[in-house]
Amino acid sequence: MAEVTKLIHKYLRHDKKFPHVWCPGCGIGIMLGALIRAIDRIGYEKDEIVLISGIGCSGRLPVYVDFNTLHTTHGRAITFATGVKLAKPSLKVIVIMGDGDAVAIGGNHFIHAARRNIDMTALILNNSIYGMTGGQSSPATPYGMRSTTTIYSNIEQSFNISELAVTAGAAFVGRGTVYHARLLDSLMEKAFLKQGFSVVEVISHCHTQFGRQNRLGTAVQMMEQQRDQAVTVEKAARMKPEELKEKIVIGVLVDKELPVYQDEYEKIRERAKEVMGR
Amino acid sequence: MGSRYEIRLGGSGGQGIILMGIILAEAVGVYDHKFVAQTQSYGPEARGGSSKSEVIVSDEEIDYPKAMKPDLLLVMNQKSCDDFFPDLDPEGLLIVDSTFVTQVPNPRAFQIPFTRIAREKFKREMVANIVALGALSQLTPIVSSKAVEAAVLARVPRGTEKLNRDALKAGMAAAMRAKKERLKVEIPPEIPKEDLLDSY
Amino acid sequence: MLLQGNEAVAEGALRAGCRFFAGYPITPATEISEVLSVRLPQVDGTFIQMEDEIASLGAVIGASLAGVKSMTATSGPGFSLMQENLGLAIIAEVPCVIVNVMRGGPSTGLPTFPAQSDVMQARWGTHGDHPIIVLSASTVRECFDMTIRAFNLSERFRTPVIVLIDEVVGHMREKMALDDEEEIEIFNRVKPTMPPEWYIPYEDTPSGVSPMANFGEGYRYHVTGLTHDVRGFPTSRPDEIGPFISRLHRKISSHFPEIQTAEYFQTEDAEITIVAYGCVARSAKRAVIEAREKGRKVGLLKLMTIWPFMRTAVEKVLQTSKVLIVPEMNMGQISREVKRVNRGITRVVALNKVDGTIITPMEILSRIQEVVS
Repeated sequence: MAEVTKLIHKYLRHDKKFPHVWCPGCGIGIMLGALIRAIDRIGYEKDEIVLISGIGCSGRLPVYVDFNTLHTTHGRAITFATGVKLAKPSLKVIVIMGDGDAVAIGGNHFIHAARRNIDMTALILNNSIYGMTGGQSSPATPYGMRSTTTIYSNIEQSFNISELAVTAGAAFVGRGTVYHARLLDSLMEKAFLKQGFSVVEVISHCHTQFGRQNRLGTAVQMMEQQRDQAVTVEKAARMKPEELKEKIVIGVLVDKELPVYQDEYEKIRERAKEVMGR
Repeated sequence: MGSRYEIRLGGSGGQGIILMGIILAEAVGVYDHKFVAQTQSYGPEARGGSSKSEVIVSDEEIDYPKAMKPDLLLVMNQKSCDDFFPDLDPEGLLIVDSTFVTQVPNPRAFQIPFTRIAREKFKREMVANIVALGALSQLTPIVSSKAVEAAVLARVPRGTEKLNRDALKAGMAAAMRAKKERLKVEIPPEIPKEDLLDSY
Repeated sequence: MLLQGNEAVAEGALRAGCRFFAGYPITPATEISEVLSVRLPQVDGTFIQMEDEIASLGAVIGASLAGVKSMTATSGPGFSLMQENLGLAIIAEVPCVIVNVMRGGPSTGLPTFPAQSDVMQARWGTHGDHPIIVLSASTVRECFDMTIRAFNLSERFRTPVIVLIDEVVGHMREKMALDDEEEIEIFNRVKPTMPPEWYIPYEDTPSGVSPMANFGEGYRYHVTGLTHDVRGFPTSRPDEIGPFISRLHRKISSHFPEIQTAEYFQTEDAEITIVAYGCVARSAKRAVIEAREKGRKVGLLKLMTIWPFMRTAVEKVLQTSKVLIVPEMNMGQISREVKRVNRGITRVVALNKVDGTIITPMEILSRIQEVVS
């Protein structure tokens, strides 16, 4: 059997839930592929993975894979993940969110999870728009772009999601695009293996909504734009800020050692028992 | 409702009124083995503002947990004295911290300067509530002074036991003195109010 | 031991087997968080203070899915924030307990003063047609017992259970023995016993409650807030949607006797019956005793289950009473239900108070006087 067929049979709920809800040409499939390949390479048991999502196109992802899967409320996936992880630390918790999910309605949860450094991975599929509801602007929609709620022009500045994660204190932050599929594989593997709060921002395209409204072309053309805009972290370090303006910096942005919440809480338990013993 | 005895404590936030209520409730409930319900009412301020704590004592299970007509009112500032005195049972007992309560509505009130005692004797105003508790335990038979002492020592932070025990004792002594004074000047009720005031 | 209502809630939760609490500070419920932040790590449980109440209930649901009995506690403003996730716990059938120590509202309202104005919010606060179980407590001991009962019911019926108490009860201290030896019935969720490939997570059963697999125990399944089929996968088929929503209701409505509890005090011959709950039930009891001393035939029906509404209990007192008086610290929430059940059989008189103070026995007595004359 070809490698990909084996993966499909092993990880997808292939006989239950397909066809999927996503548009042909969507980048989310590439991201799902990277996710599965990273999990397979590391060798996690399917029973120990909990995949949690919020609402939106990305929210539908867990239903297709054969893990413990949880599809929550809009923006709140990380809060459910916090409960799952702290209640049963032996589980590997992965959260998948869209840009609206993660930094609009769920922005507060996102920065606090990063600050707490609870061991989990947040994957953010950033397609610059609300796709499922029909193309409204999100906090990641760039200034000057058009959406169904910014017909005249988006006058708001957009969030740099990865930088936000860095500032909020995440232990690992990586950014990739769905064009750079192999980089995504390795970023996810690193993120999953990281002890602490890890983030992978996946730059993707929504040709159906964002692309169409802004005349950016087909899915393939939008992926080619990702290729052209991308610069590696190493190269970006040698570039001036104005040169980086229209660029997407890809690679590992942060990888640092921080006290992990569950380990720290274990110490609290010991102290609490000491106090009780007195 | 024969056995029901209602106590209301009032003062301003930060005087330890609620803690006083808790300790009193613990003394009657846990150490004197009576039924007890303690409630409180307070504003948003941690310091300042009004604070009220009530303790209901009974030989049977307590239904309504608040004071309707207090049998004992202990107030630590003028405002609560003014606010709560009208609710006091006509036969009830009024105890005031005379450091702050200067206009006493009933001449039969026990006036003891709890805060001044705490300040001068212990250099700690914060034990004024414990001084007051000591006095209260001498002035009403509803709680034994032994129970109050046990309850105080169980509640206060470690290392402050001696201070609090001394504060309690100072309150008890002040109450004993006030009682003695009272015996000396116990006046038949027909004597006009004005004269009554003179004798205090 | 002298315990506060809020402390008794925390102790009851521990006794029920709660090992996870996520919450956000709010008056007058904060003591529940504070006690559990000390106690949970002592018993290998977890306490976490979240960034808001939305996150708190999210974490609670997540922990419960991972197999740990979980709860949160809040007051009106936080309860409002929890409503969306409450709906998810209902539709995904995740056991958990939410304690709402009611304060005066709307909005920030009266943080340190009592009210009973969240009765209808507890019933209908989250959107969509749903059943709910809501319990009430009026003494410190009941805070302990009702919290245990809330966990038992939530595990038994795979549903969130709300405990409504009020500022008076939450902050009141009474004597309560914490006896570890005491026999207390604890119910734990029924887990699947069949091999994972046979497991159908939302399968209908005679009771309407399906066995629940915890994450990480070999039964990989999908949990979603979307309307789902018996396997947990989103569905838009009318022949699956209808039966699912009906089952959610049936699992509660076919177990009313198990869920509903009330106390009857001198109601057998009562011509006037007071229907009350929470702290007001205590005022009512005092009023009944005093009215009886004056020779009036007055009784008290104390509701300990607020929702599902205790129709049968009210119907029972309707048979003997000429008048029902419903005192509440709101503008009339349970009285509407009593009137609905009454359907004109007898007189139902509401006694409402919304000034941040408890309804006194005197106020109930004077309403009795008015009714008589």
